[in-house]
Amino acid sequence: MEREKVITTDRLTKRFGDFTAVDAISFEVEKGEIFGFLGANGAGKTTAIRMLCGLSIPTDGKATVAGFDVYRQTEQIKRSIGYMSQKFSLYEDLTVRENIRFYAGIYGKSNRFIKDKTERLLLQLHLQEEANKLVKSLPLGWKQKLAFSVAIFHEPEIVFLDEPTGGVDPVTRREFWNMIYEAAEAGITIFVTTHYMDEAEYCNRVSIMVDGRIDALDTPRNLKQQFEASTMDEVFLKLARKATRAGE
Amino acid sequence: MRTLLFLLQKEFRQIFRDKAILRIIFAIPMIQLIILPQAADYEMKNIRLSVIDHDRSEYSRKLVQKVTASGYFLLNSYTASYTEAMHEVEEDRADLILEIPARFERTLVRENEAMLYMSINAINGVKANLGGAYLRTIIQDYNQEIRLKWLQQPRFSPETRIEVTPTNWYNPLMHYKNFMVPGILVILVTMVGSFLSSLNIVREKEVGTMEQINVTPIRKHLFILGKLIPFWILGLVVLTTGLIISWALYGITPVGSFFTIYVFAAVYLLALMGLGLIVSTYADSQQQAMLISFFLMMVFVLLSGLYTSIESMPKWAHYITYLNPVAYFIEVIRLVVLKGAGLHEIRQQLLIMLGFAVVLNTWAVLSYQKRS
Repeated sequence: MEREKVITTDRLTKRFGDFTAVDAISFEVEKGEIFGFLGANGAGKTTAIRMLCGLSIPTDGKATVAGFDVYRQTEQIKRSIGYMSQKFSLYEDLTVRENIRFYAGIYGKSNRFIKDKTERLLLQLHLQEEANKLVKSLPLGWKQKLAFSVAIFHEPEIVFLDEPTGGVDPVTRREFWNMIYEAAEAGITIFVTTHYMDEAEYCNRVSIMVDGRIDALDTPRNLKQQFEASTMDEVFLKLARKATRAGE
Repeated sequence: MRTLLFLLQKEFRQIFRDKAILRIIFAIPMIQLIILPQAADYEMKNIRLSVIDHDRSEYSRKLVQKVTASGYFLLNSYTASYTEAMHEVEEDRADLILEIPARFERTLVRENEAMLYMSINAINGVKANLGGAYLRTIIQDYNQEIRLKWLQQPRFSPETRIEVTPTNWYNPLMHYKNFMVPGILVILVTMVGSFLSSLNIVREKEVGTMEQINVTPIRKHLFILGKLIPFWILGLVVLTTGLIISWALYGITPVGSFFTIYVFAAVYLLALMGLGLIVSTYADSQQQAMLISFFLMMVFVLLSGLYTSIESMPKWAHYITYLNPVAYFIEVIRLVVLKGAGLHEIRQQLLIMLGFAVVLNTWAVLSYQKRS
């Protein structure tokens, strides 16, 4: 059965002067899929994500996100996606509750919706006690889980996670991935970059970027077969060693 | 519209939660208003004088008495020789040397003419200038007294004399503070209006929340408005507290209306925030924003007419002041506070300020869109 495509790119390219950061990448992501977007530092992942989020206009090629064109319909795209970057992006000088309220509010959610969902979310994250504490007082793992919850609070079609688990302990990472699975089951498409290869194993499909191009794209199992490797780590190393570009 | 309310709610929460910012906004301006006008004074007092009196006569003693009685001079020392007096100057204990030659009284009485020598330490030009002028005036006065005493004035003086009696309008007692306090108030409003707002935006860039905001559907101009409105209000609050302090502490109340001041301040703050925004779009870190702001502030203050009058600047500097929003506000606030100017009298400055507001904000919004 053909599933709905929420992201399609066709020879999507971004050049900065002479430098081609993203070199004609083409792929599709299906609804509800957990799509791993891998690559060494400097491979062009962040540039690609920025184009898909409507933050940066491509130089060439085509792409749609949630059915909207990345050249002309960036506002509609922004309305349909959630985003969580490697840099922590909640306001540290606001409380947990205020952060949720602010981000939900600017997506145009009603007060009723915000109020109900905030209570459910606090319960779910076991943050009822901390609801009125400043975010900066929370441990990093909790912050990241909260940031993810805030990124999908407005119920987007797709959520982009740019190295969401950097610096987080293994237990919290596991919990974080449980949250990702829950979101995917709820129909939210997950587009995630990571440097942890065990996390790559959790993805439905994985693409690996080398020097601005996508060199491999398949399920983790098929990739391991294709590259005669026992782990994703080996697959990644085999591909990444070919890279000529220096890391960022 | 609802988005803007969420933005404003967030901004005000952050501002009122940050104790350091609150202190900068309120305490520092107040301290400046309390201390600066008392300390920074144009009038030269306490000019240190060394006297070499070779004559030691009644006349020379009277002269020295008259000089010290004027209140401008502090008699630092009586020295026996010029070399000694010069030594005092070199050691920075004296600013001025007055040398009264031997036989000062005798030549004065006999020949109706006597010479005095004055040496001035001119490292501080203003002090030297004023000190020299004060001393000359006192000596002339002394001269006049002697003349009156000696001459039986004829019914019509053989010498034509023109005497000028000045009237000081708008600041009758030439109170230095009446002139300075409104100016300092302008500087305070300027700091809150432009630099705090630019620092605030740059901080969001630095922390990374800016990127998060950029992926939300918030429109750029709404986000900017959400940043400007709180600081616009804060600027007016600082102006109000400042006006209260200048009334309570210095008894300065505007001769003109508060309404005129607020109308101009409202437009002025808009213009300045445009400037702050421009700084924030070009700066990537708070440090950069601080440095740019500091540089701009220095130029603005020095070329604003706060301390030195614009009219006496060289032509080229004069032209620069046309581009300095601070200069307009200082001019306007002095006109309103001291002279009682109304909206009609300041319409030209108001229109220019509106022009500044439009140009700077357009520039800011354009460069903001390009850079993010």
